[in-house]
Amino acid sequence: MDVQLKVRRQNPEAEGEPYWKEYALAVPDHFTLLDALIQLREEVDETLSLRCSCRSHICGSCGMRVNGHANLACKTKLSDLHTDTVTVEPMGNMPVIKDLVVDLEPFWKKLYSIDPYLQPAGEVPEREYVVPADSMLHLDGVVNCIMCGACVSDCESLSVNPLFIGPTAFAKEYRFVMDPRDAADTQRLMQMNGPGGVWDCTHCFQCVEVCPKDVAPMDRIMAMRKMLVDDGVTEKHNGARRQKAFADLVGRYGRLDESRYLMKSVSMGELAGYAKVGLRSAMRGKLPPLVPHRIPEAARIRRIFERTRSTHRRRFKLHQQAQEGSRV
Amino acid sequence: MIYKHGVLVVGAGLAGMRAAIEAHNQGVDVAIVSKVYPVRSHSNAAQGGINAALGEGDTWESHGYDTVKGSDYLGDQDAIEILAREAPAAVLELEHWGVNFSRDEAGHLGTRNFGGASQARTFFVADITGQALLQVMFEQLVRVGVRMYNEWFVTSLIEDGGVVRGIVGMDIRSGQLHAIQADAVVLATGGMGRVFEPSTNALINTGDGMAIAYRAGARLMDMEMMQYHPTTLKGSGALLTEGARGEGAYLLNSEGDRFMKTYAPNKLELASRDVVSRAEQTEINEGRGIDNCVLLDCRHLGKDLIMRKLGQIHELALELAGVDIVERPVPVRPGFHYPMGGIKTDVDGKTTLEGLYAAGECACVSIHGGNRLGANSLLDTVIFGRRAGAAASARSRTAGSGAAEGSRLAEVALQQETDRLRALLDRPYVGELAAKVRWDMGVNMVKYCGVFRDEAGLTEMGNLLHSLEDRATRVHVGDKGRVFNTNLTSVLELQFMLDLARAVQLTALTRTESRGAHTRTDYPERDDEHWLRHIQLQYASEGPEIHYTPVTITRWEPQVRSY
Repeated sequence: MDVQLKVRRQNPEAEGEPYWKEYALAVPDHFTLLDALIQLREEVDETLSLRCSCRSHICGSCGMRVNGHANLACKTKLSDLHTDTVTVEPMGNMPVIKDLVVDLEPFWKKLYSIDPYLQPAGEVPEREYVVPADSMLHLDGVVNCIMCGACVSDCESLSVNPLFIGPTAFAKEYRFVMDPRDAADTQRLMQMNGPGGVWDCTHCFQCVEVCPKDVAPMDRIMAMRKMLVDDGVTEKHNGARRQKAFADLVGRYGRLDESRYLMKSVSMGELAGYAKVGLRSAMRGKLPPLVPHRIPEAARIRRIFERTRSTHRRRFKLHQQAQEGSRV
Repeated sequence: MIYKHGVLVVGAGLAGMRAAIEAHNQGVDVAIVSKVYPVRSHSNAAQGGINAALGEGDTWESHGYDTVKGSDYLGDQDAIEILAREAPAAVLELEHWGVNFSRDEAGHLGTRNFGGASQARTFFVADITGQALLQVMFEQLVRVGVRMYNEWFVTSLIEDGGVVRGIVGMDIRSGQLHAIQADAVVLATGGMGRVFEPSTNALINTGDGMAIAYRAGARLMDMEMMQYHPTTLKGSGALLTEGARGEGAYLLNSEGDRFMKTYAPNKLELASRDVVSRAEQTEINEGRGIDNCVLLDCRHLGKDLIMRKLGQIHELALELAGVDIVERPVPVRPGFHYPMGGIKTDVDGKTTLEGLYAAGECACVSIHGGNRLGANSLLDTVIFGRRAGAAASARSRTAGSGAAEGSRLAEVALQQETDRLRALLDRPYVGELAAKVRWDMGVNMVKYCGVFRDEAGLTEMGNLLHSLEDRATRVHVGDKGRVFNTNLTSVLELQFMLDLARAVQLTALTRTESRGAHTRTDYPERDDEHWLRHIQLQYASEGPEIHYTPVTITRWEPQVRSY
C-alpha cells in the first residue's frame, strides 16, 4: 500500500526551527508505523533520528505522536489508521533533542522522586513473603507499564503544571502502595497529597486513552485519591476537601449546593479570594441560591450513596494486618 | 573527556545491573554505561520465567541434571552446579526486592512447567517475567544510586598487553566521544540476534560486547551453538513464550497431528528447544507444514487462563498476525533466538583478558552448552551477573595505581577512535548501505547457519561473508551530524555483527557432528569421542585462531539423550 508520512523534523545542529517533511512510501499491508519509519531511515533519509528497539511493544522506546496522539510506533498498524496522510511528531511535554527523539531526563527525574523501589518493614523472611495470590496478580496491571512516556506526552495537567508528578510516576507509586510487602505507603500517600500530587490531575482521561499497555494511570490516581480521603488525610489539600464536600453534599441533598460546596472546600483565607468573583456573580444574578432547591427523591440518592460507599480498601497490606493483629 | 571508575559495567540489562549493584554493595566506585535506558534492555523480552529448585521435593541436582542433559552434555558441569545451587537464593532475592511472582492459593510462590525440565520449577509473572524482573532490578539500581551513563555507545575497549583498562564510548545525545578508565570492565551487553534475519531479538541486539571483546583479544566459545526458538510468530518473527506450551498448548502439523509424539514421546511439546525446533523444521521440510509454519494451538486452555497467564502473547498474535489465540491456532516456526556461545569466562565472569569480565547472554560460562533450557537465561543473568560484579570489585580493590599509565592509554585510545569515526563519516557515497549489507548477512545466516547445516552451505556462507566484509568497508554514513546519529551507530554495529557471523560460520563448519542446536545433516550423530569439547576462537588479523578445550564433567556422564 502507499502511505504518505508527514514527519516533524528538527535538527539542533542546523539551528533550524521545527518543520514538516513529507515522504511517500510503498509498504506491505502488514507494516506498522515503525516498520515504515525504519524503511524510511534505511533507504530514503538516513538523517532521520528516532528511538526504537524491540518491535513488539515491550521496550517502550518508540513513543511518538501519531495523528496527534501518543502511541508506540511499533503498535501502530498503518492499515488501521484510515488516513491518507499519517502525521508523526515527537512526544509532547518533553523537549526535543532531534526529530522524533525527546529529552527523557525530566521524565526519569520525576520517577526517581517517588522513591520507586520496594520499602519493606521488619525482618526479611527466609523464604518468600507469603501474600494473597490476588494481590500479586493485581500488580500485573501496573507492572505492565514499560515507561514509554506516552501518558506523560499527552497529559493535560503537565502541559500547564510542570510540577505535576505525572501519570507514569503515579502508576509506579500505586504499584508500591498496593504491594502488601511495601510498608511505606503512608509516606507515599502523603507525598501524593502534596504539590504536584494526585489532586492536580484534571481527570482528562488522556493517559488512559493513549497508554499502549492498558495501565490506566488515571484510574490509579483516582484510587490513591480515594485512599487519601478514606485515611482522612485531607486537610492539606483543597482537592481532597472538594472531593469530600462534593460527595457529602450530593449524598445529603441529592444535588450539588454550590454555596455550601465553596464553604466546605476552601479555608477562610482562601474564601476571601473568592469575594470578588462572588460579588460579580451576584451583580449579574448568577450567584447560586443560598438555600438550594430541594429535589424530590433525595432519600433515594442517599440510599444509593450508602450502598456504593466503598468497601474497596487496600486489602492486602501485610504490615497493616500485622498492626491490626497486634491490636487485637 | 576522560572519566574514571573502579568498576565499569557495560550494558544495563539484568546481568549488568545485577553486577553493578553487587559492586556497589562491595563498596567499590561503580558506574554503568548502556546504549539505551536500562528499562529498554532486552531482558524485558523474556516472557516465560526463571528456574529454581525451590519447590517441595525438587533438588538442585535435578535442576543441574536437566540443564546438563538440555545442553547435550556440552555445558561445563562445575558452572551448572553453581547455577542450580544458587538458583533458589537468587529467585528469593528477586522476590524480596519486589518482583510480584505469581502465587499459589496459599500465597506461596507458584510454578509452571517448562521445556526440558523434569519438574515444574519455573517461577513467573504472567508472561512478562523478564519485564517484571528488569523493572525491579532498575528500581534497586536507583535505590543504591549507581552512576549511569545512559545512551552511550561503546565503540571499543582500552586494552594494552592483554590488560583491559576501560572503554571508549560515544554519548549518543551529543555525538561526543569520551573514555572511561576502569580497573575492571564487566561486559553485559546481551545477545546478537541481529546477525540473523529474522530473529526474535530487539534491534539493539547487535553483539557489541562480544565483538569488542573479541577484537581486543578475548576468546569466544561455543559460537556454533545458536538457539532457534520453536514458537516465533509467522511474519514478524516475534517470540511467543514457551510458557504457552508449559500451560498445555499443542503443536500441530498440516494434518492436525500432534507431531511431537514422533520426536519426543515422553515430553512431547515440552522437549528441549533444539529438539522441538528440529521437529518443526522436519515437518515443514517434509511437506507437513502450512506456509512454512506449524500451528500452536491454545484454544483448549480457555479464554480465562489465556488472558490471565498469556496476555502478552494474546496481544502480540492479535496485533502482529491478526490471530486471536482464544479462537484459532497461530502459525509459528523456529526463529533465531539466543546464542549459547559468547565471550569465554570462568565461573566468576573472568574472561581470557585481565581486567575484563562478562556475564549474561554475551558470556559463555558455559552453562547452556549445546542448548539452553527455557527459563535458565534469566537465572544466568542474575547469578553470573552478581558473581562477575563481585570478581570485578575484588580486582578493583587490589588493583595497583596504574592510573597514570591508564590515563595515557585512554588518551591514545580516544584519539584513535575519534580518527576512526571521523574517517567513517567522511567516506564517500558509492551506493553501499549498512542496512542492505546487514539484511544480506542476516537472511543468509538463517539459510546456512539455521536449524540444519551442512558443509556445502557453511562453505558458501564463508564465501558470502568475504564479499559482505568487503562491502562493509564501503558503507556510507549519510547523516553527517553528531546529535543522535543512529546512522553512524548502525555502521559500527554492522562491523561488530560481521565479526560474529564469521565466528558462527567458522565454528559451525569446524564441528563435524550433531549436538544440541548444532545439527549437521552431513554428520547426523553426536560424536563424544571427538567432540566432547569446546571450540574457542581468538581474533588474529590473518584470520581467527581455533582452540579446543575439554568439557568439565563432575557428576553426570554423557548418555543418550531423548525426551
